[in-house]
Amino acid sequence: MLAQFGFGVFILTFLLSLFSVIAAVLGYFNGSDRWVEAARRSMLLIFPILTLGTLTLVILLVTGHYELEYIYSVTSNDMPLYLKITALWGGQAGSLVLWSWLMSAFASAVTLHKWERDRELLPWVIVVISVTLSFFLALTIFFENPFTRWWQTLGGDFILRMFAPTGAVPVFPPDGQGLNPVLRHPGMILHPPMLYLGFVAFVIPFAFAIAALVTGRSDDRWIRLTRRWTLVAWLFLSLGLVLGMWWAYNVLGWGGFWNWDPIEVAPLMPWLTGTAFLHSVMIQEKKGMFKQWNMLLIILTYSLVILGTFLARTGVLSSIHAFSQSSIGPVFFVFIGLTLIISIALLIYRWKDLKAEVEMSSWFSREALFLLNNLLFMGVLIICFWGVIFPLISELVTGQKITVGPPWYQRTNGPLFGSLMALMGIAPLSAWGRSTFKTIGRLLWKPSIPTVLALAAMIALGIRNWIALVGFTLVAFVIFVTLFEFWRGVHSRQKGRGENLFIAIWRLFGSNRRRYGGYFIHISMVVMAIGILGVELYQTTTQKLLATGDDLQLSGYTLRYDSLTQVPNADGSSLTSAVVSVFKGGQLLGKLHPQFATFPSGETATVVGIYSTLADDLYVVLIDWESISPAQAPFKVVHNPLVNWLWIGSLMFIIGILIAAGPEPDKEDLRSTRKLE
Amino acid sequence: MIMKKKVELLIFFTFIILALSLVPAISVPAQQPTPSPSDDEVNAIASQLFCPVCQNTPLDVCPTQACRQWRELIRQMLAEGKTAAEIKQYFVTYYGASVLSEPPRSGINWLIYIVPPVAFMTGVFLLFMAFRTWKKSATRPATAPNPINSRGAETGSCPAADDPYISRLEDELKKRK
Repeated sequence: MLAQFGFGVFILTFLLSLFSVIAAVLGYFNGSDRWVEAARRSMLLIFPILTLGTLTLVILLVTGHYELEYIYSVTSNDMPLYLKITALWGGQAGSLVLWSWLMSAFASAVTLHKWERDRELLPWVIVVISVTLSFFLALTIFFENPFTRWWQTLGGDFILRMFAPTGAVPVFPPDGQGLNPVLRHPGMILHPPMLYLGFVAFVIPFAFAIAALVTGRSDDRWIRLTRRWTLVAWLFLSLGLVLGMWWAYNVLGWGGFWNWDPIEVAPLMPWLTGTAFLHSVMIQEKKGMFKQWNMLLIILTYSLVILGTFLARTGVLSSIHAFSQSSIGPVFFVFIGLTLIISIALLIYRWKDLKAEVEMSSWFSREALFLLNNLLFMGVLIICFWGVIFPLISELVTGQKITVGPPWYQRTNGPLFGSLMALMGIAPLSAWGRSTFKTIGRLLWKPSIPTVLALAAMIALGIRNWIALVGFTLVAFVIFVTLFEFWRGVHSRQKGRGENLFIAIWRLFGSNRRRYGGYFIHISMVVMAIGILGVELYQTTTQKLLATGDDLQLSGYTLRYDSLTQVPNADGSSLTSAVVSVFKGGQLLGKLHPQFATFPSGETATVVGIYSTLADDLYVVLIDWESISPAQAPFKVVHNPLVNWLWIGSLMFIIGILIAAGPEPDKEDLRSTRKLE
Repeated sequence: MIMKKKVELLIFFTFIILALSLVPAISVPAQQPTPSPSDDEVNAIASQLFCPVCQNTPLDVCPTQACRQWRELIRQMLAEGKTAAEIKQYFVTYYGASVLSEPPRSGINWLIYIVPPVAFMTGVFLLFMAFRTWKKSATRPATAPNPINSRGAETGSCPAADDPYISRLEDELKKRK
């Protein structure tokens, strides 16, 4: 009964969504505000109703309705409550429900405003969001229905149907299969919602862009209206990516956090175009240039968002993450194709209206460097797109599978990432319109001194790997240039206004949140780069079967195997846990407990033991695929230098976005304050 | 003389016997079990290969039973004295090119290596050419003002007014000096 109710709710929201599309189009073409208002209200209604539908599914998950196939496949009696709730996005059908629900939340948030000042944009914003929402709701209703249940036919076969087939009787399995063990981790519980939040938030600026194209508004109003949405999208997409890396590092037991798996690259692609977009919109805002390019970037971002969901959910790339295969692939493909073609056609239609006279007075002006930034991001995008798509093309042509793995990505992307870092160091010193090599050079020498000193220190410390020397020097360069920029601003306020250091810093950031938030994000990026360089260039690893009391050495650490316990858990799984002592220079640093859980299904989930410092991680895996006994156990040990700077940089990144997304001081207010002064 | 010949014959046969007795001595090490290659030696090669079954999973960390056997196969081949290249080739022959972390440089696979640099360099070239045109149009107003430039000024592209924040900041810094 509850399942039928839930399904009915989804059909209702689907109809409401379709109504929004029709009413908005009618309202636009008839010039009727009443129709547009009806569309807006219909969109507002979708969120509470869809919340009801989603809650219904959560109740079914929590109460163990295993007669429903989805509930059966992702939950089991032994799972704790929080896992039963988060199993909502543990499988394909539930993930699509989550996507729709988040989209409806954002749609409501957008349409809460009446948009009096931008009334003309509203109908088309509603159309774009509602079409996207309708598509995902249609996937749930027609292809991946989470309310489908098990039936037994007269012939004894078990089949899946929403409603009772003739003569069939319902089946009530006493227990479910349970969630895939590797997904039972905080990183993987948070990763999908964050990623999806980022995905759906990018639909909002896209919707405004399309609305601007349809209505022929060639100004940058759509960009200003959606600036914060874009930052929110970027924040969540970045968080989703980082949480995915954190999960991979702690759960997979491979020793790394990023393996250039296509499913990792898929959500990186909209992040790349989104990042390029965040930079290039500033050229349009400041100089009124490159309007077509910004449109193209947000169109690409939207298409890559849908492509990211398509690649992850349809099993088209058979990899570790693509847990399920489904019939929705072609539908997705058609939707991506249609939306892309229509969007590009609109852009071509408005091409002339968006044309603005482009003037570049210098190769070193800020707008020129932003363009270079865009070129580099597009370069990385081409590499990622080609790396993901080419194996499919190759298989199609030759019938043979190939793998495009980490060495190819690292070698191809490396120079571009390095160039982006160099650009992060130079661009903050440039000004709009008038920077030259000379003016930048004049500002550059001060931060260059500590950078050269840092390079000398690295050489003195014995670093000889040229990639490390270039990489870490660029890190130092970006940090010193950015600090120099902070210092210039703070110094100016201290002297000019007599503010103390802390107030000067506070007000400097407040005076231009976007600029200084952005600079802070630059620092966070290179701090992350420290961790990436450390692991990529200096990771060492060893594997050994150790008898009790035996030890192994790796990168100055000694690891001794002390004992092993195997205990059954209440949920039917058994936990195998080792105790190992970590020594350095003969001194005991601590004890680690690498372990793995074995589930009744035979699946295992690894819990890595990590001895962590700011300098490095000693990462110990109790190998679950080799024979194991209390007398001797196999260990894989990885030494990851500087890896924690990746996580520190990620936290700094969030702070940076919060600074940048904060309210800008009202320009009218500023003017009146200045007049009073 | 005869005595000398007998001694020479004795020495000759002694060498022959010694040589023959050495044959088994030489072949013994090949027949006896060699020390088994370590996990690290096996993983050094396995980490360069991908599991033939679970796509995108490196062979050194793949937990399946099949991969465990493949790692043992690598160990065995190493013990037989096979080189890393030979072992990789064996896997390619039996399981296809997808076991390699990069496609072999042949046929259509060349596209994976060629397309990104060509596309990027095309982007660089196009941007460079466009930039030269934009730069020319930026320098024009100084010599010959035209209506297009006055339109540019309307959109706020006058360099002096470009970045009021930077101008204010620099003015304040100058005052102090």
